[in-house]
Amino acid sequence: MSDHALSFMPSEGFRARSKEVVENPFLRKSFRGAMDFLINKRVTQFPSAEELETLRTLGEQIRQYNLANLPSLLVQLEDSLTRNGIKVHWAETPDEANAIILGICQAHSAKLMVKGKSMVSEEIELNHACEAAGIEAMESDMGEYIVQLAGEKPSHIIMPAIHKTKEEIATLFHEKVEGVDYTDNVDELIQIGRRVLREKFLVADIGLSGVNFAVAETGTLCLVENEGNGRLSTTAPPVHIAITGIEKIVEKLDHVPPLLSLLTRSATGQNISTYFNMISGPRKADEKDGPTEMHLVLLDNGRTQAYADEELRKTLQCIRCGACMNHCPVYTRVGGHAYGTTYPGPIGKIISPHMLGLEATKTMATASTLCGACGEVCPVKIPIPELLMRLREESFSEPHANPAMRGQGAGYSRLITMVWQGWALVYRSPMLYGTYSWLASRFNWLTPSNQGPWTTVRVPLKPAPKRLRDLLKDKS
Amino acid sequence: MQIQGKAGQRPSDIYFFATCVIDQFYPGAGMDAITLLEREGIRVHFPEEQTCCGQPAFTSGFPDEARKVAAHQLTLFPENWPVVVPSGSCGGMMKLHYPGLFAGDPARKAQSEALSARIYEFTDFLVNVLGWKPEDKGGDCTVVLHTSCSARREMGVHLTGQQLLGGLDKVTVAQQDHEAECCGFGGTFSIKQPEISGAMVEDKLKSLKATGAERVVSADCGCLMNILGHAAWKDQQEGRKTASLPGEHIASFLLRRTSK
Repeated sequence: MSDHALSFMPSEGFRARSKEVVENPFLRKSFRGAMDFLINKRVTQFPSAEELETLRTLGEQIRQYNLANLPSLLVQLEDSLTRNGIKVHWAETPDEANAIILGICQAHSAKLMVKGKSMVSEEIELNHACEAAGIEAMESDMGEYIVQLAGEKPSHIIMPAIHKTKEEIATLFHEKVEGVDYTDNVDELIQIGRRVLREKFLVADIGLSGVNFAVAETGTLCLVENEGNGRLSTTAPPVHIAITGIEKIVEKLDHVPPLLSLLTRSATGQNISTYFNMISGPRKADEKDGPTEMHLVLLDNGRTQAYADEELRKTLQCIRCGACMNHCPVYTRVGGHAYGTTYPGPIGKIISPHMLGLEATKTMATASTLCGACGEVCPVKIPIPELLMRLREESFSEPHANPAMRGQGAGYSRLITMVWQGWALVYRSPMLYGTYSWLASRFNWLTPSNQGPWTTVRVPLKPAPKRLRDLLKDKS
Repeated sequence: MQIQGKAGQRPSDIYFFATCVIDQFYPGAGMDAITLLEREGIRVHFPEEQTCCGQPAFTSGFPDEARKVAAHQLTLFPENWPVVVPSGSCGGMMKLHYPGLFAGDPARKAQSEALSARIYEFTDFLVNVLGWKPEDKGGDCTVVLHTSCSARREMGVHLTGQQLLGGLDKVTVAQQDHEAECCGFGGTFSIKQPEISGAMVEDKLKSLKATGAERVVSADCGCLMNILGHAAWKDQQEGRKTASLPGEHIASFLLRRTSK
């Protein structure tokens, strides 16, 4: 196992981390307020339920069509990109991806990398790899910049610093940025960030970005952003490296507009993002600006495992809008850091097990009531609750040969399995159920008053003295 | 096959699948639902051999165990009558998940598909099959309705409870904040993630109480077990002798409001 995988053991300590947040009234209120804001913004973007449903179905079909043809589309994408002068690299693991990126940096004797927002770069922990190699990696998205200054990780895939208040950011800027007085005026804070970052764009050796959609036919990399830092990161430095997961592919440009519309409306409640970049190659001979060299790193990191299973493949439909976390009552209570994974919330719970294995994530799928809010808002109709149930089964079932997932059976417990087998024995037999439920009702005074976790905030559950079937007999 | 119980076709007989939660913990809710249906002139059949829909094992990651329990329930409804379930959650399991659960068993799959078409959640059955319009015989009262996530998002029957309560002249239905949010029960979730579950039910109770309603009603006893269990605990903690927010199954409330 690589060092990378060891640095993530999200299942360990999830309860402790979530407890900490849940018991902090300030954080509770702040997360709730932030999520309500995003929920309401999305609502205004979809006034017609019918249109939303049509668009979601279209989004689902586009994603499923492209996933169904993924192997051939990837080959086509590589051809198109190569034709356009973009060098394509394939990475199976985060370590391989980091090695490729550092290799490019070293070939250019790079000292400074500016980064547009990229969750895949978080997934491979690129900033650590750069630091170890003596390269300064600087986040240029305002939220990512704040998180980096604070030495933290993003707590949301779209709004990385959503867990921070403006006062906390004011203090952070005052302490960490040279010559900055304390101000909690949001506009001033943004201007400070902008000033610092502008200088870096001009001198950076490498610009790094993510990709929202990679178009196979044309070899175009689409990048959605709001701050213009994505455009600067991909145009100002002499070398641009893009990194993305292999699933972000679409066959044709026609597939982009519906997905883009679903993405911005679902994510931030915007009709369209402020910037939408379509990158089709490095600077041409007659052009005055743009990078002279371009690379795309395509990362697997467990995605082919999800791909191989018809049901789990649906996980890869995701376009990373974050609506599932905004609407998740669990995410709203605990925030993104409690999960301990790059991708938090419902999408994190279904994708992280493929990236990190079930050993590290064996209990993550249990942190859901299966309320279905995530599946309801997902713009590409990923059946998240069903996938969570599938992951519970993969984790808790007895280890067997040829599993669909790495770490299958990691959560297996002989005792728990026997409890469920015993339960099934009773509930499949009217006679055993009848006896058991009769005893439970007649001896309900024996019901324990301490029922473990249930009674920490609830009164004990006590069977009624007579069951419904008894009351019905009394009546007739 | 002609299914009895489509709108406009009033069935003379129905099956009642009570759910294990009602059988053991809320038998009064089951009795009230049956009484209400019988008052409408319907013969209600309660197959004595019924136990549980199998959902607890199904959602906990033990589909084999769920399948065994579900297979038993499949044998209970031989006549082509509607099966009324006073729970969106258990109804959703039987209507929407049984066919998938038996995907590898053609005979049971066919059986579960036929059964699926006959499953009705209680409030849906009252409104959309019987066209029942309650006649309010009670005094002024303000209630707040909690709709389960399964009723809302799986069964799509979140409007029928509102409709029934809205039809009671002297009942005001209070509006709560975050109405569509889960109460935090989630079956074994409440045991496996007690801190998060506790925070969710705490917030849910606050929203319900903030409406000033006299009571909470719900068509799902799983949620009631959680919400009322927390409300009673809170009352104990704060030294109250009477319930600050009593609650009951919507069947009990409807029966009382429409009885002299």
